[in-house]
Formats: sequence, C-alpha cells, structure tokens
Amino acid sequence: MYDLIIFIVLLALGYGFGRYAESKHYKSIIKREKELNKIPAVATRIPPIRRQDLNSQLVAGNVVISIDYFKRFIAGLRNIFGGRVTSYETLLDRARREAILRMKEEAEKLNAELVFNIKLETSSIHKGRGNSIGSVEVLAYGTALYPS
Amino acid sequence: MIVSNLEVVPGKRTIKHFGLVQGSSVRAKHVGRDFMAGLKNIFGGELKGYTELLQESREEAYNRMLEQAKATGANAVLNVRFSTSSIAAGAAELFAYGTAVTLE
Repeated sequence: MYDLIIFIVLLALGYGFGRYAESKHYKSIIKREKELNKIPAVATRIPPIRRQDLNSQLVAGNVVISIDYFKRFIAGLRNIFGGRVTSYETLLDRARREAILRMKEEAEKLNAELVFNIKLETSSIHKGRGNSIGSVEVLAYGTALYPS
Repeated sequence: MIVSNLEVVPGKRTIKHFGLVQGSSVRAKHVGRDFMAGLKNIFGGELKGYTELLQESREEAYNRMLEQAKATGANAVLNVRFSTSSIAAGAAELFAYGTAVTLE
C-alpha cells in the first residue's frame, strides 16, 4: 500500500516539476537560439577557400540532462505497445540544442564568424532501474573560424 | 598550437605529418553527485554536477593529447575527435584523438 502511495507521489512530482522544467528550458533555448543565429553552425568538412584570413579554434559544449519519473514511466509503457517514444524525443532534442548553444556561446567569445564541421555525440551515462535510460550526455564540437 | 577538427586549416599548408596523437581519462562520479542525480531522475532537468565532471575529464583527455603532440614537435593537431564510453557502472572514459602535424 505504502509502495503504491510513494509511486503515485513520485509520478505526480515528476509530472509537475518535469513539465515545468521542460517548458522553462524550451523557452530559454528558443530565446538564445534567436540571439546566436548570427553564428551559423554547419556540418561541412571543407572550409571556404575564399576566406584564407581566418583563424581556427576548436570549440565544444556539453550537457547532461535527465528525464523525469513520469516520463520514464510512460516510456516504460511504450515498451509494451511500441511506437514513438515522444518523452525521449524531447529529452534528446533539448540536450542537442542546448549543447549546440553552449558551443556557439564559446564561439561567440572568440568573435567567430561561423562554426565548421559540427559533430554531435550522444551517450547515456546514467542508467535507471531496469536498464532504462536515466540521463543522456550530448557533446557538440566544431571548429570556430574567427578573424584575426 | 592550432587545434581544429577540420582536415585543413584555411590559409596554411601542412608540411609534416606526425600521425595519431591521443589522450584519455577515466573518471568516476562521487557519492554526493550521485545522490543529487538520483533526485534529478525524479524531477528531470540538467545534471550540472555531471556536466562539469564530464567537461573536466574531457579537458584532461584533451590536454594529454596536446602534451603528446608537443612531445613529437608538432605545432597543430587537426581532425580532432572526441569519444565517450562507459566502461563500468559509475565510470566513464573520455577519449580525444587527432592528427599531429606541422603547419608552415
């Protein structure tokens, strides 16, 4: 009986705080993305030939982000029925965008014009109970080109 | 020291190759951070402690790679890649590698 009460309380806490944290995070991501749109980040491997006067420097940004209890429960249910696991989709979307933003913030400090050869790397670093994914780390890195 | 994950550096020619240089670091998380991470697993959100931990150990791997490049006498490391692997419960290996070269 107590187990059930604790489970329901955890679900409710996860639902409430998780939703709040996610919407807050998305607002901040969208706001910062607009500001940092002036530094394009592209996945091309070859830098522009016409611009030979730029310096290059490696920039990186990483973030570790955790899923909440409610969403993990929903994802567990999805394992039975199959289909899109939207709760993990938003988790990974947030993590990738945040990592790219942090990388761009570092590039902005260098006064960079653009960031080349973006690589994204995802790894799950903390497994929850039953081998479900608890939190993911995303690393974004690339070469910032800045005028000397 | 120029470090870049492009294969060429704009405006500079590669005159000498030294081959692969690499650096790695294995870190474990400590109990306090693990406890906080457990709480965050209920509420969701960013795990700042882990973000910092991974960043620090990635920097260490990166610095070890640079030391190796310096020891060979290179002045740049190109085509740098990072990789992460969890080798045991609670420990992760951060690995950085690249090609050491001399630019003119």
